[in-house]
Amino acid sequence: MTRTGRPLSLLLLLPLLFACAPERDYVPKVVDGDADRGREALARYECGVCHMIPGVADALGKVGPALGDYSRRSYVAGKFPNEPNTLVRWIVDAPAMAPQTAMPAISMSEQEARDMAAYLYESD
Amino acid sequence: MRPPHPASALDPASGSGAELIDQLGTALYVGGGLIFLVVMVLVTCAVLTKGRPVNARYWILGGGLAFPAFTLTVLLMYSLAVGNGLNAIGSSGALQLFLDCFGLGDARARAPVDDVLEIHVVGKQWWWEVRYDRPGKGGAVVLANELRMPTNQAVELVLSTTDVIHSFWAPSLAGKVDMIPGRTTRLRLQTSEAGTFRALCAEYCGGQHALMALFVVTQHGDDFEAWLAHQQTSVVEPVDPFLKVGYDAFFRGECHSCHTVRGTPANGVAGPDLTHVGGRKSLAAGTLNNHIGTMAGWIAGAQDVKPGNKMPSSLAYSGVELRALSAWLGSLQ
Repeated sequence: MTRTGRPLSLLLLLPLLFACAPERDYVPKVVDGDADRGREALARYECGVCHMIPGVADALGKVGPALGDYSRRSYVAGKFPNEPNTLVRWIVDAPAMAPQTAMPAISMSEQEARDMAAYLYESD
Repeated sequence: MRPPHPASALDPASGSGAELIDQLGTALYVGGGLIFLVVMVLVTCAVLTKGRPVNARYWILGGGLAFPAFTLTVLLMYSLAVGNGLNAIGSSGALQLFLDCFGLGDARARAPVDDVLEIHVVGKQWWWEVRYDRPGKGGAVVLANELRMPTNQAVELVLSTTDVIHSFWAPSLAGKVDMIPGRTTRLRLQTSEAGTFRALCAEYCGGQHALMALFVVTQHGDDFEAWLAHQQTSVVEPVDPFLKVGYDAFFRGECHSCHTVRGTPANGVAGPDLTHVGGRKSLAAGTLNNHIGTMAGWIAGAQDVKPGNKMPSSLAYSGVELRALSAWLGSLQ
């Protein structure tokens, strides 16, 4: 390599440093709900008996899927495209959407489900 | 009711044994504090003032013998009276209790057992069986992890264990009493306050000792009688097709090997009686709230929630069966 070739090649490597910038490589999903209230509701309804939910105390269940990084999930319950309103409907009444599911419909308000969805989407 | 402190010895239920203990505690703290203050004042005076020296005999005979002898004697009488009062809950008035502490008869012997409702509480790893063997009219009642009693009426807990040592402690209601293998111990409870209190195992009893709690619900006499009468009713096979799926799943999954549901062929005794499980405050001995979601999670993931407990995580059920089973159990109010 020539004397001028080395700095030049180092210059070419420079852009690689910017590849480490902490920019999200996905579009976070937004739902009309309050994430803090959602976290509290997830704990109060003890969803963690079946689900692993990062940031929710005692939520270490292994009966159902883990709920981390939920904004990045492509599908809700492996069936429905992960759209905010779909997730809310699923939380409120899963059996109505998938009759074979093991997840029961727990009586809660739609706002509580929205808050839960907001927490799941915003927690990563 | 009473959510702020359902289990606090510093917030006792009115008219309970814990209140007597709390009063004794307050007398000790306040009395000890006053004596400490007086001593500190005397120390300060000794340092700052140049008065006439006091004859040493006053200090030794007065402060060293007479004062402690008097104080400790009064305290001993008071604490004996409190101890006697705890034993004799529901049997006599306060003055009589105080006289009893001088050995004038066993307070408990004066209370005919017939007057006191006996409730058997059996400690098990890691839950509580609660039995009303002689509830007056009707048959015996067995339930788990929940104890109900009437207000303004003494009940006597008959405490035992089928495995290791446990200890029954409802801090807002009474002191703690151990459950010792091969023996029965007794504890009287009484309160004038209606509410829900929490009791816990206060003697380390194995891996899930920390998840061994029980709710004590105190109700007015009529409410309690109605509850007891309802507990005596049996379960009938469900008509609703969805609940019937759950009912069938219960037997297909062999749940009846360990659990009893009165009125059905299920008569297992290793685990809690589930006859009216849907109406209880908690699942898994105060570990989970009681609704269809926690019921399903507990059935499918009992070993995740409480590792090492005797109930296996069930793999026997399809999703629909798990929901139906949880719904059926929840319907057993």
